[in-house]
Amino acid sequence: MSDLIELDLAAARDGLRAKEFSAVELTEAYLAEMARGEALNCFITQVPERAVEMARASDGRLADGTAGMLEGIPLGIKDLFCTKDVLTTAASHILDGFTPAYESTVSANLWGAGAVLLGKLNLDEFAMGSSNETSYYGGVVNPWRRKDDDAPLVPGGSSGGSAAAVAARLCLAATGTDTGGSIRQPGALTGTVGMKPTYGRCSRWGIVAFASSLDQAGPMTRSVRDAAILLQAMAGHDTMDSTSVDRPVPDYSAALTGDIRGLRVGIPAEYRVDGMPPEIEKLWQAGQQWLRDGGAELIDINLPHTKYALPAYYIVAPAEASSNLARYDGVKYGLRMPGKDLIEMYENTRAEGFGAEVKRRILIGTYVLSAGYYDAYYLRAQRVRTLIAEDFRAAYDKVDVILTPTTPGPAFAIGARTDDPISMYLNDVFTVPANLAGLPGISVPAGLSESGLPLGLQLIGRAFDEETLFRAAGVLEQAAGFAARPQTWWKD
Amino acid sequence: MTVDNETVRRIARLARIAVKDEELPPLAGELNAILGWVEQLNEVDIAQVAPMTSAVQTTLKQRDDAVTAGHIPDDILKNAPETELGFFVVPKVVE
Amino acid sequence: MSIEEIYDAKHDAGGELIAGATGDWEIIIGMEVHAQIASRAKLFSGAPTDFGGEPNDHVSLVDAAMPGMLPVINNFCVEQAVRTGLGLKAEINLYSVFDRKNYFYPDLPQGYQISQFKYPIVGRGEVRVDLPDGGTRVVRIERLHLEQDAGKSLHDQHPSMSYVDLNRSGVALMEIVSQPDIRSAEEATLYLEKLRTILRYLGTCDGNMQEGSMRADINVSVRKPGTSLGTRCEIKNVNSMRFIRQAIDYEARRQIDILEDGGEIHQETRLYDPGKGETRAMRSKEESHDYRYFPDPDLLPLELTQPWVDDIARGLPELPDEKKARFIDAFGLSPYDASVLVAERETADFYEAVARGRDPKIAANWVITNLFGALNEIGKTIAESPVSAEQLGSLLDLLADKTLSSRLAKDVFEIMFETGDDPQKIVEDRGLKQVTDTGAIEAAIDRVMAENPDKVEEVKAGKDKLLGWFVGQVMKATQGKANPQIVNEMLRGKFDL
Ligand SMILES: [Mg+2]
Ligand SMILES: [Zn+2]
Repeated sequence: MSDLIELDLAAARDGLRAKEFSAVELTEAYLAEMARGEALNCFITQVPERAVEMARASDGRLADGTAGMLEGIPLGIKDLFCTKDVLTTAASHILDGFTPAYESTVSANLWGAGAVLLGKLNLDEFAMGSSNETSYYGGVVNPWRRKDDDAPLVPGGSSGGSAAAVAARLCLAATGTDTGGSIRQPGALTGTVGMKPTYGRCSRWGIVAFASSLDQAGPMTRSVRDAAILLQAMAGHDTMDSTSVDRPVPDYSAALTGDIRGLRVGIPAEYRVDGMPPEIEKLWQAGQQWLRDGGAELIDINLPHTKYALPAYYIVAPAEASSNLARYDGVKYGLRMPGKDLIEMYENTRAEGFGAEVKRRILIGTYVLSAGYYDAYYLRAQRVRTLIAEDFRAAYDKVDVILTPTTPGPAFAIGARTDDPISMYLNDVFTVPANLAGLPGISVPAGLSESGLPLGLQLIGRAFDEETLFRAAGVLEQAAGFAARPQTWWKD
Repeated sequence: MTVDNETVRRIARLARIAVKDEELPPLAGELNAILGWVEQLNEVDIAQVAPMTSAVQTTLKQRDDAVTAGHIPDDILKNAPETELGFFVVPKVVE
Repeated sequence: MSIEEIYDAKHDAGGELIAGATGDWEIIIGMEVHAQIASRAKLFSGAPTDFGGEPNDHVSLVDAAMPGMLPVINNFCVEQAVRTGLGLKAEINLYSVFDRKNYFYPDLPQGYQISQFKYPIVGRGEVRVDLPDGGTRVVRIERLHLEQDAGKSLHDQHPSMSYVDLNRSGVALMEIVSQPDIRSAEEATLYLEKLRTILRYLGTCDGNMQEGSMRADINVSVRKPGTSLGTRCEIKNVNSMRFIRQAIDYEARRQIDILEDGGEIHQETRLYDPGKGETRAMRSKEESHDYRYFPDPDLLPLELTQPWVDDIARGLPELPDEKKARFIDAFGLSPYDASVLVAERETADFYEAVARGRDPKIAANWVITNLFGALNEIGKTIAESPVSAEQLGSLLDLLADKTLSSRLAKDVFEIMFETGDDPQKIVEDRGLKQVTDTGAIEAAIDRVMAENPDKVEEVKAGKDKLLGWFVGQVMKATQGKANPQIVNEMLRGKFDL
């Protein structure tokens, strides 16, 4: 049945409805792939029995005509989403053994639509990272390798397990979360589609918080259409999340008309950063041509505060994280390390339970919020953030969507950037602005680097205009015709 | 603004993360590198700019005063490292 | 003079001074009162707020700070904060912000408390406190903000461990912060009582100190009168009027002793130990705190509209100060009687029901002297009174139409209080009607005069004072039912006085 895994979500959905195969068959096909893909380290937790059980229930609903829009679709869930009675770790030692008594709204929406849980996907610890190397459960290996080079590469991060699993066909699609690029960047580095919706589009309830004002869940898929279908099921208003927005969820698939005639596409001068590799520039040019060919109008725009997005992000996100992660204290759940008194228990637990990058960010966040520094750092960063959002607002007077590269380069070798936090942070230079402004963004695989690795193009849209984003992304995808696949070396 | 070892120690204490003496200098180095890098924000004229309060244009959602939760002590306690008689248990606190 | 100084000078007046070896000292007190909002559910979750319960039973996933849990604000709590602000004659801020106050403590499961720091929902207001000497102390309110309560740590259950119960975690509190305008332990309790009265009138807090619905943090400093403010110490979480008095008196004395010995006061947080009757520095607060406040990114700013606030203002009940003024102006009550009657809304309502259409002063007398006296004796509140306002009113009617003498009325009241019966019924059943029939009274007078010829002679010889004795005898002969006024008049007639 290995050909089942070649179907994308839309095709699998249609096949299930036409009873060409059963949900159990589809799920078992993926369980087999997961077993063969252990070398990629995509999953922290696999739930094969539960998956088959859910698939069986899906077959029942497919038979009696009560099937949901994702009935029988086997998904991987980033292990940042709390899943009822299934270990949830955020890839951190500090959440040792944590089994929530509740289900995140987004994953509950997916199960409500009939989807099947295959397991929980690896990530950077607490979603802090751009290479998936900070996971307590070990790094994820990118299924892609450079041509003529067996060196293991990172899949990007933080949703690296999700991206790699989708790219390697270990699940049909996956959820991710994106705080500074954590869906789009690994999407680009693995040749998959990654979509970060508008802040407030998907509920954050039940997702382990990293930086509350930036975190947003989104779909990670093999195609733009799949992303549209998956987001449709994930999104929606949630009264349990004060920042979730009460707006109807449009039919995103219907937006994929293939018609972008008259669409105004902005090309921001500031994204042409110093030292940008020629192959990225070339890809960006190609993207512009593809859209122009589709009838879009290309317009040069300015987003003057772009260069300040990354430093502002590295104040705001750690500050919020330092507070969000205070609840991991060895009292209510997870790891506890003994100490001679309460304070020592706290300090030992948190020293042992958090990895180096998480500690670094907690310390930075604590510092920038501390007495005497709040105005100079946090408040200033939040003011800069306003300017960044205003840049976009002004741009959207002139354009409907903005086209940029997703990343400054392709996947890099595991260990290559772990010694220099800032060089690691620079991975997110193109993705962070959309988070700061709360805007939707999508990365579409658009070509291969000279070394044979996938590269992505990013589209950034107006708030709550995911439809335009999907429409343009669909055209880009079509024109790019990205069909390359990694060698399945992990199956050997 | 340079972060010295003492500052790292103070910040780590505030954040309740045990840091060994030998970890202080490398941490101070890393923090200084990051703080030095974010200094570039000082180039931006922010005098007339309000800080962003939310990435989303909406009003604060409110709930009605109705009891819709609670009475799940087992769920509340089930992941705790140590409990007794329905309480969480921690090393003794001296007030 | 700055506004502050003018206030300061005004507040110096009337303050009670404490004698020390080096002269008199003045106590300066500011209070931070935490008042629990009388809501069914918590400030940011749907868990119940009921007092007590099994440990960790009134706890939602949000209150236990489970990963991924998010706060959603209870609109009733917002409304109660605004109502309270209006009741404190305070500015209502149409824009306020919820901040996180970050610190580690086992009964603070999130590792931060959601509070309001820079932009509270309520700004400056005032509370007028009636002093025993008839004066008024205006205590300025600095602000009122909304915040979450913490859970409870129990330290005495285990030799080396503390137990944590999160039932209170997330309960809505209003922190009401006063300026340092209070000048004695007595004023502090009067302030708290007045604040409690206002909150109970508004129905925003039940004011139950035993259950912790109201707790006070007391900032105490001392100074020589006329000098600038001294360093203050904060006494945390004092939860009874008696302890507040004791804690302040102890703390003031402690500070004076230190200063007079040439020492200095260190700003610190202290705990009152009722067992020892003393305050001591809190170990857990020794470390100077850096709370790293910042706006809670899970919540947007709280924005209110003026029409909504105006609507709430229109729905506010008459508050104790206004009610007291009306009782004095419209009913002619003394300020003291008026204060007693308005101290509880139920009492004032009861009084007004009794006074309606009757002599308000007589009504006040009966409610305060007779009813309160009787209730006090059996330790009951006005709500539990066996005599209803209607019944007490009927009794006053019987007094007014002279069916009952005031002595008889007191007897009838006692029976009413015991049985709960209507006064009419008691009068009829027991034949307690006042005798106004002059024939019957005259007969009784004649009989008494005939039985006491020697006393009659004495009166006739000019010993007027014996007349009272005759009144008493006649009353006795009629089992107290004769109208004493008629008896008096008729006796005077007999003696040609
Ligand atoms: Mg306080
Ligand atoms: Zn407080």
